[in-house]
Amino acid sequence: MEYLVSSAVGLLTAAGIYLILRRHTFPVILGLALLSYGVNLFIFASGRIVVGVPPIYVTGAAGYADPLTQALVLTAIVISFGMTALIVMVALGAFLETGHDRIDMPDGEGDDQ
Amino acid sequence: MADKGLRLYRVHTPTPPLRQNGTLPDMSLALIAALPFLGALFPGLMIRAGRDACALAAGSVTALSLLLLGMQAPAVLRGEVIQTRIDWLPALGLNANFMLDGLGLMFAGLILGIGLLIILYARFYLSSRDPMGQFYTYLLLFQGAMTGIVLSDNILLLLVFWELTSLSSFLLIGYWKHLPEGRQGARMALTVTGTGGLALIAGMLILGQIAGSYDLSVILTQKAAIQSSDWYLPALILILLGCFTKSAQFPFHFWLPHAMAAPTPVSAYLHSATMVKAGIFLMARMWPVLSGTDAWFCIVATTGLVTMLLGATIALFKDDLKALLAFSTVSHLGLITMLLGIGTPEAAVVAVFHILNHASFKAALFMSAGIIDHVAHTRDIRRLGGLRTLMPITFAFSTIAALSMAGIPPLNGFLSKEMMLEEASQTIWFGNPWLIPALATLAAMISVGYSFRFIGQVFLGPPRHDYPAPPHDPGFGLWAAPALLAALVIASGLMPMLTFGWLVDVSASAVTGTAITVKISHWHGFVPALWMSLAAIAGGLILALFQRPLNRIWLALPRPEAKPIFDAVINMIRRLAHTLTARMHNGSITRAFAIGTVTMLAAGLYAFASGTHTPGTRALTPIEPVAAIGWVMLMAATFAVVLYHHNRLLSLVLVGVVGLIVSVVFIYLSAPDLALTQISVEVVTVILLLLALNFLPKQTPRERTGRRLRDGAIAGAAGLGAAALIHALMLRDFAFPTVAAYHIANAKSGGGGTNIVNVILVDFRGYDTFGEIIVLGIAALVIYALTETILRGGPANDRLLNWPKPQGRAGDRHPMMFVVVARLILPVALMVGVFMFLRGHNLPGGGFVAGLVAAITFLMQYMASGFAWAAARKTINYHGLIATGVLIATATGIGAWFNGKPFLTSAYTYVTVPPLETFELATAALFDTGVFLTVLGAVMLALASISRLATRAGSSTNTRPFDIDPDAKPAGKS
Repeated sequence: MEYLVSSAVGLLTAAGIYLILRRHTFPVILGLALLSYGVNLFIFASGRIVVGVPPIYVTGAAGYADPLTQALVLTAIVISFGMTALIVMVALGAFLETGHDRIDMPDGEGDDQ
Repeated sequence: MADKGLRLYRVHTPTPPLRQNGTLPDMSLALIAALPFLGALFPGLMIRAGRDACALAAGSVTALSLLLLGMQAPAVLRGEVIQTRIDWLPALGLNANFMLDGLGLMFAGLILGIGLLIILYARFYLSSRDPMGQFYTYLLLFQGAMTGIVLSDNILLLLVFWELTSLSSFLLIGYWKHLPEGRQGARMALTVTGTGGLALIAGMLILGQIAGSYDLSVILTQKAAIQSSDWYLPALILILLGCFTKSAQFPFHFWLPHAMAAPTPVSAYLHSATMVKAGIFLMARMWPVLSGTDAWFCIVATTGLVTMLLGATIALFKDDLKALLAFSTVSHLGLITMLLGIGTPEAAVVAVFHILNHASFKAALFMSAGIIDHVAHTRDIRRLGGLRTLMPITFAFSTIAALSMAGIPPLNGFLSKEMMLEEASQTIWFGNPWLIPALATLAAMISVGYSFRFIGQVFLGPPRHDYPAPPHDPGFGLWAAPALLAALVIASGLMPMLTFGWLVDVSASAVTGTAITVKISHWHGFVPALWMSLAAIAGGLILALFQRPLNRIWLALPRPEAKPIFDAVINMIRRLAHTLTARMHNGSITRAFAIGTVTMLAAGLYAFASGTHTPGTRALTPIEPVAAIGWVMLMAATFAVVLYHHNRLLSLVLVGVVGLIVSVVFIYLSAPDLALTQISVEVVTVILLLLALNFLPKQTPRERTGRRLRDGAIAGAAGLGAAALIHALMLRDFAFPTVAAYHIANAKSGGGGTNIVNVILVDFRGYDTFGEIIVLGIAALVIYALTETILRGGPANDRLLNWPKPQGRAGDRHPMMFVVVARLILPVALMVGVFMFLRGHNLPGGGFVAGLVAAITFLMQYMASGFAWAAARKTINYHGLIATGVLIATATGIGAWFNGKPFLTSAYTYVTVPPLETFELATAALFDTGVFLTVLGAVMLALASISRLATRAGSSTNTRPFDIDPDAKPAGKS
């Protein structure tokens, strides 16, 4: 099971970073989404994975899953939604404003000289 | 959790309190420093009521502060130390602790007293074109910061005020924004004093570490520990860097003359009593623990001596009145520094005494320079002369002040100069008994020279006919302040014990840490100081008489100009920074991401390679077939996203698939709350991205193969790193007992809920959640604001207006079946949301999930019948929803205060209302309501904002819920 989780984390991270390194906004946004999945799974798995023991009081429970990492990831999911929405809007505004959706500035535009 | 309320108490040491605690408000010390800050608001407002009202407002605030200080004075004079302690961040050692002892009393008195005079003077000095409200606001900010420095007990607090003086003096020096010299001078002052401030922070932190406390009252008792520490020298050098830059000591003296581009009231204030005295104050404050070592003597006394000599020499040849006074200030600051550096209590007494004297005569001199500039329209000595008869009043007080500066008996400058020479004559500089006395006498001689020159070349001689403007005495308002100071110069010269003696006593006692009673007299007998003083006066007279020929020699000598050097250094740093920035960041975000990723990888690899490793001990969890199937799907979908990312719609669908599998992973791995949240967020995100994709190109162009390979390598390595790291983590047990154990043990008893994750969210880590909903709300508001900007007009709006019309590929835009189902589902889905919310505390659910479910329900209505149709039927304002949510959460948090508990502590109870079962009422549920409303409002606002773009782009507005009119008779075959 651990092998499955770690390989999934690895692939999600790799795919996310690959897409983030693209030069157009939409793949970058998708890359961010994939990277968030990877990171969320990472944080979640750092609480060690268990099957069939919920983080809820149940009479006769064998044990509990780590609730703290779950709470952190829950927060992270919601925040990453907020950030995705924001960055989508920025990307949209940039495209409508400039007519292209490349994320790199043309040469010289970012120079303050 | 610890009680975080304010704790105030007053401590009187060393003698027992003579009056009852509480006869004065406890906050009074903090108030003295805070009043100018609070009062800084007034001048900017009162300027609307006129310049007099404005000045009066500023003056009243200062006077009130001074009055409060005066009320504390009797106790301080009895030898008590008054303290106000307010816990701020006790964990960091940063507390708003204030302390008033003799030294603080003297400095605070100077700052506020001279401040009052400056306010009066500035009222008549500033012209009607100058924004007076701003001036007084800046002045009060500066005054507050200075007062804060001298009243701070906590050195971290002191540092805060220290930086505030740098900032507010920047505003004051650059007050005449239209003058390039003003701006440049302000920048230079800020650069030099700010850099020194950084060094000071480091030094103070070291000092605090050695002493084990950041409170001066503790540090000052730790002399032995501090001076024997290995860190003493670094701390000393860093602290002195701060003091020397602030007090314009060589080689940092150059900023002070350039700060003269400020209006004269500013110069008079900053360079007589306040800003430059801050460094002196700090040296005096730290004197008990830092002084007395060879290092202290070597650095401080030598620097002071060099500065005294250098400043005086340059002052002798300056033609600008203010420049002359500026360099004379540098010289006198050097004198005080040298006295402190000598390290004997006697020298420290003289230093304290000279601080008072210098402040009184130098403020008067700056003001008179301002008056001359004001009426004659020049302050160039070469264009002045003969003002004695034209400006008799100004002549009178200027001459008194200048004679005091020269050290002519019986004025106060004479007293302290004589005492300084006496101390110098007894000081041996590394085995050399005559070096310091000789150089001190020389400096005193030059000081006499430039003082006489000031009097002679400005006031004496025949009146001229070519003044830029006819000189005359100004109105009373302008000369009242300097005249008062001149009167003080005389009074303290004649009756030093009566005027300043008591203050010097308490102040010097505070500096040296031992009870000191001074005896200031004019006649000491035929001591060396007398002969040195006489020599100085005679030599100074000669210097003044032969100043013009000497000046020619001076001009012929090569002299390093500070400003070009400073500018060159700054330019070099700027170019370096620019080159570095350009190298590291060329405007390409992609490249920055790549560099960041590679750096993180390298750091991780290094950490891995340099550490030791043991194999993991945790047993592997067995793989069940269903997990393997999920894994294959996840991997395949992720690969497919990368593979097909040029087709944006397809890749978006694939990302949705990945998200769904991830939520299944969560539920499989015992995280039902995460699964619920993930799946609802997934729905919202995909809808959002679909809406956005409507306006974005549908394809992503392919990139060069080399680039793809490079990125693939980076991404692959990063993925491997992440996988290896989490794998290693999962195979090992926790190194420490986790916090989670506490949460598991206390969720029911402490938070009243059986869903531990939810209890963590709304109770244990409620602050996180509170911050999070605020972030979410802000994100939604920013999205709204961006939409507003796009729709306001400009290229984006034009592009939307010219958007190609939909080609009608979809057939029914609003299929009837979908519309009907959406309506039917609305109440049911909302009920699910309520259910999720209510059970959240004990079972999977909660505010987040409920908010998302409700949002999806509403979104379905938007999708079914179109944005405009649904928007016309909504009565709730999303902005209001976000605000209400945050406010409810805040109010719940604050409610805990009334229970005497920290912010966001939850309370719960069980209620039985027949015939219902016993149920639980928890404030956490109220907090969760806030979360629910904010999430709902934020999601809806974000999506509605993007939908507005579609409306602008010309999507037709429905007037009916769906396209087909069910009432219409079928019109035959079409």
